[in-house]
Amino acid sequence: MSVRRVMGIETEYGISVPGQPGANAMVSSSQVVNAYHHATAARARRARWDFEEENPLRDARGFDLSRDVADASQLTDEDLGLANVILTNGARLYVDHAHPEYSGPECTNPLAATLWDKAGERVMEEAAAHASAMPGSPAIQLYKNNTDNKGASYGCHENYLMSRATPFGEIVRHLTPFFVTRQVFCGAGRVGIGADGRQDGFQISQRADFFEVEVGLETTLKRPIINTRDEPHADPERYRRLHVIIGDANMSEIATYLKLGTTALVLSMIEDRFISADLGIDGPVAQLRAVSHDPSCRHLIPMRDGRRLTAIQVQMEYLELARKYVQDRYGPDVDDLTADVLARWESVLTRLAEDPMRLAGELDWVTKLQLAEGYRARDGIGWSHPRLQLVDLQYSDVRAGRGLYNRLVAAGRFGRLLEEDEVRRAVTEPPEDTRAYFRGRCLQKYPDAVAAASWDSVIFDLPGHESLQRVPTLDPLRGTRAHVGDLIDRCATAAELVMALTGK
Amino acid sequence: MATKDAGGQRYAGRRGQDEEDVAEQPPEETRERREKLTDDVDAILDEIDEVLEENAEEFVRSYVQKGGQ
Repeated sequence: MSVRRVMGIETEYGISVPGQPGANAMVSSSQVVNAYHHATAARARRARWDFEEENPLRDARGFDLSRDVADASQLTDEDLGLANVILTNGARLYVDHAHPEYSGPECTNPLAATLWDKAGERVMEEAAAHASAMPGSPAIQLYKNNTDNKGASYGCHENYLMSRATPFGEIVRHLTPFFVTRQVFCGAGRVGIGADGRQDGFQISQRADFFEVEVGLETTLKRPIINTRDEPHADPERYRRLHVIIGDANMSEIATYLKLGTTALVLSMIEDRFISADLGIDGPVAQLRAVSHDPSCRHLIPMRDGRRLTAIQVQMEYLELARKYVQDRYGPDVDDLTADVLARWESVLTRLAEDPMRLAGELDWVTKLQLAEGYRARDGIGWSHPRLQLVDLQYSDVRAGRGLYNRLVAAGRFGRLLEEDEVRRAVTEPPEDTRAYFRGRCLQKYPDAVAAASWDSVIFDLPGHESLQRVPTLDPLRGTRAHVGDLIDRCATAAELVMALTGK
Repeated sequence: MATKDAGGQRYAGRRGQDEEDVAEQPPEETRERREKLTDDVDAILDEIDEVLEENAEEFVRSYVQKGGQ
């Protein structure tokens, strides 16, 4: 495979009610989600999330964690009655751990996943605006970041569908050094060092200081570099879903795209057993932080083979392997996206090695550092000054008018990969080449007949049927426009659709 | 800045063949580019000043989140 595989991004947004620091975050988050539903689909019934196939305690290493020993925060499949909306673009908007979360629809390539992730920012902007406009409601503000700089962190997770045949140990071995070092291009930047930000300074990654172990099932405590949650939302005999929790939430489309594209390439090499070199890092958890804490990108990482390499050099080694791999498998027939990911990856690494500041206006952390250094120089302030922490926070404000990233884009000072028109379309339209198409179209066309849905099902409540009709969508690559587009166009009602699909 | 090991080699290890691809820039060009960058950044800061939340200290202090995943 190339950079193309089934993938998607889920992001927990930071939520704030300025002037009301005591506001209950779960309540505010529910208000945001509910306001979006009322503003966009007020008359439609609200489809529930179908938890039947969810198993968050399944571990990729092959055992199940007992429900008794699990922390309550790990039990995501118990419907707590918190707000939940399934969107017509195939995404899920809901409340998770006291944060509003947007789980983007399944996509088949890094550019599409970047597009529907960006659409999620627009959904959140709109949702918060509607929630704030409710009579008697305070202003609610949302941030696409990963920490409050006071000890709390919340995630932006990537998901990649992988072959079940690949031994998990191989994934851990070859992915860990990649994850420790990829932050040089996909870090979101952070003012503050240490989980609680007690130490002054700037670091590359929002998340690095919150990771404590190399491998594990947890996502909310003792966070691991490689997460072993194994809920494929697909045929478990054929697939696993790699649940990546180490990434920062990026505003930069270039950073999101590269993060997804390069990771997909490394996963392909692992599946094809292409990597024989040992790029193992001595003490990856400590090195993850050390790399993050050095914005000059010159920190030398002790490698298990005795070498000492910068994070950029480790990435260059992965890039070289990927170039050989793609040449070996595809030669001149390489697809455009894979070629583009390779070219951008090389360009970004090369310029980072020359001078990281050359990536201002392309990468989040460099741009944030440039702003912070600008204020330090202009106003003569130190790293502990609250203005710098505000710049860090407000960079990720989802509002077009107030978010600093959004202002930079509007001023033509930050490069984009996407057209705003297509982002707007992706707010309501699903990807056409995965089962998200079926889910999204059903919610668009038969909103009153969809009782519940999930990644791997759509459940209909049809007149004349005593029981609900569950249409499984276990294969992420079925239910596409090519498969069901004409059928949905043709069926005026959900009953007709279900009859055509099941013969009942 | 929490900069550690800043004096380390930039292209350490066995990566000889790549060093040619990553040509160092002449210092003159770097200096000019940096000066231009500073002018640009000042212009950006002027724009940002208009939208930054008032009372940064209070705003940042009250941004308290519950942990997530």
